[in-house]
Amino acid sequence: MPALHISEIKKYFGALLVLDGVSLDIEPSEVVAVIGRSGSGKSTMLRCINGLEKIQAGLIEVAGHRIGPQGGDLRSLRKEVGMVFQSYNLFPHLTVMENVTLAPKVVKGVDRKEAEAIAHDVLRRVGLAEKSGAYADELSGGQQQRVAIARSLAMQPKVMLFDEVTSALDPELTGEVLKTMEELADAGMTMVLVTHEMGFARQVADRTVFMHKGKVWEQGPSEELFANPQTPELRNFIAPSLK
Amino acid sequence: MAYQMNFTPVMALAPQLVEGALNTLILSGQAIVAGLAIGVVGAVSRTEGPRWLDRAVGVYVELFRNTPLLVQLFLIFFGLPYVGVRLSANMAAIIAIALNLGAYSTEILRAGLQAIPRTQIEAGLALGLSRLQVVRYVVIIPALQIIYPALTGQLTLTLLGSSIASAISATELTAAGARIESTTFRSLETFLCVAVIYIAMTFAFRFVYWRIGMWLFRRKAPPKPSLIADAIEVSRAGA
Repeated sequence: MPALHISEIKKYFGALLVLDGVSLDIEPSEVVAVIGRSGSGKSTMLRCINGLEKIQAGLIEVAGHRIGPQGGDLRSLRKEVGMVFQSYNLFPHLTVMENVTLAPKVVKGVDRKEAEAIAHDVLRRVGLAEKSGAYADELSGGQQQRVAIARSLAMQPKVMLFDEVTSALDPELTGEVLKTMEELADAGMTMVLVTHEMGFARQVADRTVFMHKGKVWEQGPSEELFANPQTPELRNFIAPSLK
Repeated sequence: MAYQMNFTPVMALAPQLVEGALNTLILSGQAIVAGLAIGVVGAVSRTEGPRWLDRAVGVYVELFRNTPLLVQLFLIFFGLPYVGVRLSANMAAIIAIALNLGAYSTEILRAGLQAIPRTQIEAGLALGLSRLQVVRYVVIIPALQIIYPALTGQLTLTLLGSSIASAISATELTAAGARIESTTFRSLETFLCVAVIYIAMTFAFRFVYWRIGMWLFRRKAPPKPSLIADAIEVSRAGA
């Protein structure tokens, strides 16, 4: 049974069809990179997966929780799905520790001590255990993004979604975030990442999905897909990164 | 200018001023607590509630922001008895001032809630928080921080505005002053004393707001109220 099942989803913004019958099954521990031009629907698909965008047709299923055009049990599904955003979105009035412990405490009802133990553990995983008392504006972009990853991990999700998480970072800070993600992948986390980092997709993702015009245009094992693109659209898209 | 100030007759009645000041504190304290509660419920209803609720709160806000507080007070104190609701002067004053503050603070708080970036809200939702949990844990503190000066300014106006309760013979400070004036005929001295007491109270209140702000926004405390800035604001509020 797949960790994440997406079946024939359609999404409109007004009259504009942005997802045109997208289907995708992602296996446990699989790492899937989603690439494509701006406007191809890749970020929208990610946002649909945890219900930040409503779908107009189709079905999304994670760990037995389903959402469809009528909605669904969003909160149960979101407990299983972590999401990391391009703009980090740490809560500025809370310390790193409070950012990470908030959801376990409030959503899962974990007591403070246990929540802090979980937080120490996930912060250690992203290499920021010593920053637990800091506030977001005292951290670099890369550190903020790693805290955001830790914050998602603290909910012990079955699937992690990454929405262009390095796009807002200076090049020299991109590496530390990608390294954190690679370690997560190695640890067996099921991951879907929308990315412009072609090298990272090729190297770390088991499979790469190329989206175009709201559809899954082409997909396959990353190495194969990049080495041997079948469609002219994909060939054009990846040509600059192969130089 | 041969007028000789003489505070002695006024000072002889100082206990009345003290009692009036205490009543002003009690009256506006209760009105502020009730008005802020209305404001929080109103602002969250407008931003998170269904459309009909937003509209209903909108009607309330417009009605109370576009009529004079004094008229609202008269409607409640003199008007409601005709439909069988008879209130004491103090109770009518508390209700009128609270409803008035509720309307203004609804809009101030709503501005704060709407100033929080969507991405913050999405991050909270993505973690599995409910919408109300997002408001409570993610949005409210940064929102309050943004509008804190506007809100505390409104609260100062509320404290000073409680003086209109004297128009329905509630027993607050301005009414006490009017009573003393009518027995001593020392208008200048009496109302100078009243004004000084108002200044002392607004400074005390502003200090309390500042301490509350220090505690709420440990991260970035609001600037300490300066006497000069306060004096300017108080004179503006009184104008």
